[in-house]
Amino acid sequence: MPRIIKQKIEFEGRVEEREVVIEGDDLPIWTADEPFTVVGTPVTRVDGQERVSGAARYTVDLYPPGMLHGAVLRSPHAHARVVRLDTAKAERFPGVRAVLSHLNAPKIRWYNGASWLFDPELRYVGDEIAAVFADDAEAARDALDLIEIDYEVLPHVIDAEAAIRPGAVLVHPSGNILDGAPERYERGNVAQALDRADATVDLTVHTPDQLHHSMETHGSLVEWSGDRLTIWDSTQHIFGVRRQLAGALKIPMDTVRVVSPFMGGGFGSKNGAGKYTVIAALAARLAGRPARLFYTRIEESEAAGKRPRSIQKIRLGARRDGTLTAIDYWGLSNVGAYRAVTTPLSGPAKELYACPNVRTDTASVFTHTGPAAAFRAPGYVEATVALECAVEALADQLGLDPVEVRVRNHADEDQVQRRPYSSKFLREAYRLGARSIGWERRRPTPAGPTLDGTKRRGIGMAGQLWGGAGSPPAYAEIRLNVDGTAEIRIGTQDIGTGAKTALTQIAAEVLSLPVGRVRLILGDTDLPYSPLSAGSQTIASCGPAVRMAADEVRRHLLDAAASVLEAAPNDIRLQAGELHVAGVPDRKISISELTGRMGNFTIAGRGFRGANPSDVTIRTWGAQFAEVEVDTETGEVTVLKIAACHDVGRVINPLQFESQIQGGVIQGLGFALSEDHATDPETGTVLDVGFDGYAVPRVSMIPEIESLAVNIPDPVANNLGVKGVGEPPIIPTAAAIANAVANALGVRITDLPITPMKVLRALGRVG
Amino acid sequence: MNPEAPPTAGTHRIHLSVNGRSHDAVVAPRRTLLHLLREDLHLTGTKEGCSVGTCGACTVLVDGKAMLSCMLLAVQAHGRSVETVEGVAQQEEADPLLAAFIAHDAFQCGFCTPGQIMALRGLFRQRPKASAEEIRRAVEGNVCRCGAHLRVQAAALEVAGRVGAGKSG
Repeated sequence: MPRIIKQKIEFEGRVEEREVVIEGDDLPIWTADEPFTVVGTPVTRVDGQERVSGAARYTVDLYPPGMLHGAVLRSPHAHARVVRLDTAKAERFPGVRAVLSHLNAPKIRWYNGASWLFDPELRYVGDEIAAVFADDAEAARDALDLIEIDYEVLPHVIDAEAAIRPGAVLVHPSGNILDGAPERYERGNVAQALDRADATVDLTVHTPDQLHHSMETHGSLVEWSGDRLTIWDSTQHIFGVRRQLAGALKIPMDTVRVVSPFMGGGFGSKNGAGKYTVIAALAARLAGRPARLFYTRIEESEAAGKRPRSIQKIRLGARRDGTLTAIDYWGLSNVGAYRAVTTPLSGPAKELYACPNVRTDTASVFTHTGPAAAFRAPGYVEATVALECAVEALADQLGLDPVEVRVRNHADEDQVQRRPYSSKFLREAYRLGARSIGWERRRPTPAGPTLDGTKRRGIGMAGQLWGGAGSPPAYAEIRLNVDGTAEIRIGTQDIGTGAKTALTQIAAEVLSLPVGRVRLILGDTDLPYSPLSAGSQTIASCGPAVRMAADEVRRHLLDAAASVLEAAPNDIRLQAGELHVAGVPDRKISISELTGRMGNFTIAGRGFRGANPSDVTIRTWGAQFAEVEVDTETGEVTVLKIAACHDVGRVINPLQFESQIQGGVIQGLGFALSEDHATDPETGTVLDVGFDGYAVPRVSMIPEIESLAVNIPDPVANNLGVKGVGEPPIIPTAAAIANAVANALGVRITDLPITPMKVLRALGRVG
Repeated sequence: MNPEAPPTAGTHRIHLSVNGRSHDAVVAPRRTLLHLLREDLHLTGTKEGCSVGTCGACTVLVDGKAMLSCMLLAVQAHGRSVETVEGVAQQEEADPLLAAFIAHDAFQCGFCTPGQIMALRGLFRQRPKASAEEIRRAVEGNVCRCGAHLRVQAAALEVAGRVGAGKSG
């Protein structure tokens, strides 16, 4: 019986309440000791052969006949107004078929109403001014140079602290603080608790802009067929792109189809339609030909989104035994010229530790720099650096073991929403991680900078929390072919996580079919609805729907076999692709024999994602331990090993679980030591264009990584007991490394990335 | 592209072998080998990650040596033998490198993967039993944002160990 419920949906550190349709009753949750033969095993990727052989077609690999190539003219100024724009020469350039700008494009609202598709007011170096579409890429680029443009250059502001000072240049008329004012939270009495504390710690922390630099750049290919629009997009959110394009072009949603079977990375930067998608659609409609617009690697550095730079101040108060009595946290997130949602910096301070007195004051600030975008655990990576560096500094100050201080401050329940956690195995994560790194080898942190001209080793750790519960709505269909193979249809995305394989495993398990006889089709809005692949939610949202669809198919198989084998459905057993009467193994029929008697797709099932429980908080937990070696002469930090232990509920595929852990840790490593997106304060120009200027981790930097899963299914989270693993592994890495460096050197560096120059400065070796 | 017609002014006629097959092409001087492979020969396995030789996604073998195809003009490939990832996959016997990549989950989004495979192919051509250090150096120019580095190395180490040990599983 369908009903509509109000569901609190937690996504990337924000909670929203939405109405969701729940079609009926969910299946009972899988118990912790289910005897699975496919789920929980390290099945290799079902699309592995396609990816390694080069056969997989990503959006950027599509070249339909007659396709136009687009190129975008971008602002060279951080803040300027276009006072004259003349595209005539570009339009006349041989091969050019369309030129779009504010002169001729429809006024489509963008950035949640803060701007337009083409806005004559430019607010960052890289802001779109015009787009040229031509028969080939070279003609499009050459024609860009022929666009004549006069600018009125305006004053700009690059720094977040400067942007909130009275009299600062305004990025938007409504002010430079997103949502108008800082977000404030307080429980208890922080001022009083700090006053009475036995010990206090004060840290100021800076974290850098972090660029996603997905290997496949941002872009779309768009083709009209009459009034129907097909978009191939490198995206994490096919249904979001569909909705946004329909809205932007004012066309019915059912005329828009979005396709994305393979995409080359997103990490949060491809959570919705880009301007490039709409611009390509307009050009394709104007020219009557398919149109493609893809970013160059330089544009990825300027205009593809970023984890925003932060300044954070944290003060802890504690008793002599390490019990936290107060957390006072302030943070600014520099979200660039455009951003619709605030960076959730306050989450860890509010929730990671048991503390009766907590105050947070956070703001997302506009500046004339590239727009921020979600990047794998937005806000929590930055804030965990501040919190976990402060807690470890506190432990060192009090002469206590840092792991024991974490355990002492374990929060048994959600102190913000004041209710229990569905599951929390953070203590297990501490224990397993500590054992893996050899925590007992950690020497006490030296009292001051140790400058002895040799390499010094240190060990540090950090804990984390995150969401990852997933939510409705999500739907799946499964149908059996005449030959007994199964086909799963679900409009989700596999952004490199291996979701396609994990979802296939779930269906294969329930249907008692080998993985090789189950095929999953995804990445197409003609398929049943699924949410975006972000917020660590794909398995937790889609897996339960797939299980339910498979369960319905299974019941139909039992019914059909009962009829053929002349027994009651309750007496039919499904095992290894065969149905037999219980206790009479010879009275049997295989799935393919059964389906062979029917028309194609006669046996089919449909599943939906049920509601989340409303009386518990579902969180993922983890701890990472880092061992580093610091060369006190050169300042170079080498990470020797990271031990990462995460509680993400039931693990569907341990092979992919490990890959996710390694991926998150490596991005956290870059954040800690080498990644810094540099903007020139004078001009707002991006200085680190491309991979030569921006140091993503390369093979030589990467340590030994041990990935450990607590792997205890959650007792109430969805009908599988799974929680998401996409984001948790990036959260504590930088903090653990920073803590290890502090342990090695006796001086704490809280300005990330921790480059050799900063190490030498902290040691007093350079001025 | 009609190889019989005289080339238009400023273009060059080239002849090259790609994955064992002969191709004639007429190309503008500025056209890169990468774009020739992807757009003219429809071999999209080789990827464009940066266009300026900083990421390794476009790695192919030219006369057996790993090279960045975005940094080669098509005219420079005239008379040469080029191998792409499609050539590796087309072999009659399953290539141990591809199988090892799958077994070790040595990829996530898969976009950097063809470049990694061709860089390793080039290494194993010269040094079938390459050391861990040689393997690291062969792929140090391949950017992987998803973080499959350790698994790429594990896959390559397995292949280096197996080669010369006779046919096994």
